[in-house]
Amino acid sequence: MSANEQNFDGAKGDEVDVSSAAAEPSRSHGIPGAKTLLDVRDIRTHFRTPRGVLKAVDGVSFTLERGRTLGVVGESGSGKSVLSRSIMRLLPKSNTIHSGEVLFEGRDLSGLTESELRGLWGNEISMIFQDPMTALNPVMKIGPQITESLRLHLDMSKGEARETAVALLRAVRIPEPEKRFNGYPHEMSGGMRQRIVIAVALACGPRLLFADEPTTALDVTVQAQILDLLAEQQRERYMAMVLVTHDLGVVASRADEIAVMYAGRIVERAPTKELFANLKMPYTESLLAAIPRLDQPSHSRLEAIGGRPPDLVNPPTGCPFSPRCPYARERCTQETPQLVTVDGHDGHEFACFYPVGSPETEERRVEIATRKGAA
Amino acid sequence: MAGSGSSHLRADIDAALRIENLVVEFPAPARKKVSAVANISFDLAKGETLGLVGESGCGKSTTGRAIMQLPAPTRGSVRLGDTELTSLKGESLRQTRPRLQMIFQDPISSLNPRRTVHQIVEEPLNIWGIGTQAQRAAKVEEVLGAVGIDPVLAAGRRPHEFSGGQCQRISIARAVITEPSVIICDEPVSALDVSVQAQILNLLEDMKERYGLTLVFIAHDLAVVKNVSDRVAVMYLGKMCEFGSPDRLYSSPAHPYTKALLDSIPIPDPEVGPKPAALTSGELPSPIDPPSGCRFRTRCPYAQEICSMVEPQMQMVSPDQHVACHFPLVATQPQDATTVDLTKRPSGGDGGDAV
Repeated sequence: MSANEQNFDGAKGDEVDVSSAAAEPSRSHGIPGAKTLLDVRDIRTHFRTPRGVLKAVDGVSFTLERGRTLGVVGESGSGKSVLSRSIMRLLPKSNTIHSGEVLFEGRDLSGLTESELRGLWGNEISMIFQDPMTALNPVMKIGPQITESLRLHLDMSKGEARETAVALLRAVRIPEPEKRFNGYPHEMSGGMRQRIVIAVALACGPRLLFADEPTTALDVTVQAQILDLLAEQQRERYMAMVLVTHDLGVVASRADEIAVMYAGRIVERAPTKELFANLKMPYTESLLAAIPRLDQPSHSRLEAIGGRPPDLVNPPTGCPFSPRCPYARERCTQETPQLVTVDGHDGHEFACFYPVGSPETEERRVEIATRKGAA
Repeated sequence: MAGSGSSHLRADIDAALRIENLVVEFPAPARKKVSAVANISFDLAKGETLGLVGESGCGKSTTGRAIMQLPAPTRGSVRLGDTELTSLKGESLRQTRPRLQMIFQDPISSLNPRRTVHQIVEEPLNIWGIGTQAQRAAKVEEVLGAVGIDPVLAAGRRPHEFSGGQCQRISIARAVITEPSVIICDEPVSALDVSVQAQILNLLEDMKERYGLTLVFIAHDLAVVKNVSDRVAVMYLGKMCEFGSPDRLYSSPAHPYTKALLDSIPIPDPEVGPKPAALTSGELPSPIDPPSGCRFRTRCPYAQEICSMVEPQMQMVSPDQHVACHFPLVATQPQDATTVDLTKRPSGGDGGDAV
C-alpha cells in the first residue's frame, strides 16, 4: 500500500515513472518499453451468490500501449463488462472477491484508496457506458455535467470550464453548443446523448478510455458516426481505448488488437488482421460464422452456435466451450486448455487443444460437411 | 426519396396482406400532428416475408401496429386475406385476432412472469375455445417441441428461469399456436446475442415452412433483414424509399438512403476498413414538421431544388425493384407518358404534376 502511494504521488504525466515500471521483466507477452500504459495481470473477479461463487472473470492478463485500441469481444455473460469494471475498480465491495494486479502507468490500482481512485476516474481513466439514456443525470443540465470534472480535477474557474465544455460539445459535433450547454438530456436523441456522454468522458483528457458497448443502443447510421468520432478524438489525444462489444464487425476495422472472451477468460488474442486471417479458436470461428452477412443470398441458413454460454457457478469441466464446440474431443471435456502462442506469430495466443487448422479439427470438419451433404 | 405511390403493388397475386395508402397520425401539442406513417402501400403473397427497415423513428413499428389495428390507422386500407380490418370494430375485429399475431422485441417482458410456460402458450387456445383439454395439451406440446423447448422440462417453469433466446422461442410458440396466417415480428432478434440471433432466425424460417406463415419482419439491422426476407421495404420518416427483392436492393441500391444505410454496416473484415460515415449530417428531422417534398432531402447528398417542392413517387427500376427518388442511383423505367426526365427540368416547376 505504501509503495503504491509512493508511485501515485509522482506518477501523473511522468514519463520516467512509466518507463521504470515497464522495465520490469516479468511479462510473458508484454511489450517492453515506455509505451505500455495498462498492464493487467491475472485478474480474477468472483461474486458470492446464493447458488455459490460465480467466476465472472477468471484469470485475465493483457497489456495495452498508449494510443492503441484493444477490442474485447464475447457473448452476454462472457465477463467482458465485468472485466472493464474490475480494472476501473467500479464493482461493489460486498460479495465480490477480487485478485490480480492492474498497473496503470506503473501504479498498481488495486492498492489505491477510494479517494485516490476518485482522483483517477474521469481524469486519467474514463468510461463510456452502453445506454446513453441512463448514463446522464436527467435532472441536471448538460453543461454542469461536463464542467463538473473540469472544475474538480483541473481546478478550472467557472468561466474557463464553460469555455472548455462548449469547445468539447463542438468537438463531438453537437449543433449549437452554446444553446445545448443549458439544455437537458431528455431534449436530445440517443445519438446526441451518446455524444454528450463522450464529451463528459473526454473532458479531462484521459489517457485511457473504456467504451463498454458504446453503440449497441444506437442505429447503424449513428453507430458509424459515433465510432468515427471516437477514432478521431483518440488520434488527436493519443488516448488508449478498450472497446467492449459483442459485434466482431464493430472491432474488425476499429481495433489494433482483439481479445475474445468466453466464460471469464481470454480464449484468443491477436492483432486484428492476424486474428481474421489466421483464427485458431473454434469459438472465434463460430462467433464469426453466426453473423448474417450481406454477401450471402437471402434465406441462407445461418451457422448458429448451439446451446448457450456456460453457467459460471458450475462451469463444465475441461474447456468451457467444449459442450458447444463442433470439434470437441474427449480430452476437451477433461483438461482445461491454457493460452499458448502461435508459432511464428508473436502476440497471437489461443486456448484450445485442437485449434482450427489442426489435422483433428479439419478431419471433423470434413465429417460434419459430409453429414450435412447426406441430410 | 421518401415518397408515395403504388407502382410496386402486384395485382396478380393471392395476397395474404395488402396495405394501401396507410396513414398514421398522432396529436401533438398546439394543434399540430405527428406524421408517423405517411401514405405507405405494400402487399404480401402467402408464404412471403416482408422486411421493414429504417432508423429509429422511421415509422416501421407504427406500421406494424397499424396493421394489428393497435391503434387503427388514421386513413388507409389494411386487408388480411379478404377481410378489410379498418372497417371492423369491437367483437368482429376481435374475431380476426387468431389470424394475425405478433412477436415483440423484448422476449422477457412480453411474457407474463407469474404464469408457467404451459399456461402462456396454451392461453390463446383457451381464449378461442379451440379443442378439448387433451387436444390443447397435445398442441402445446407439439408447438413447444417445434420451437426447440423441451415440453416436459419446461411446461411447469416460469419465464425467469429461461434465457432471452429461450423466452423468444416461447413467444414464437405462443404466436404460432392459433395457426395464424400473418405474424408481425417487431425487432424479434435485436435484444439477442449474435449466436442466439442466428438460432432464432433459423427457427423463424423453420416455422414459416412448417405452419405456412406470412411474416412482416421489422428490424433495423439490414443484414438480418436480408437473411429472412423475400421483399424489403426501406422506410424513412414515415415514407417508403425503396421496395424490392433483397438481392437487387442490396447489390444495387437505387435510393441514396438505402445506400447510406448499407454503407454504415460494419463489415467483420479488417481488410475492408471503416468507410467514412455515410450520413454525417445531422439526425432525423421532426415528424411534427417534416421537410416539404422529399422527406429525406435534408440529409441527402444529391438533393436539388426540386426535391423540396415535389414529392417523388414510386417508380420502377425493374419488376423487383422500385424507388421513390427524383435522382435514383440506378436508372428507372418510364411507366407512362407523364414521366419526364427531371434532371433536365427547369427549376421552379409547379409542384402539382408529380412524377
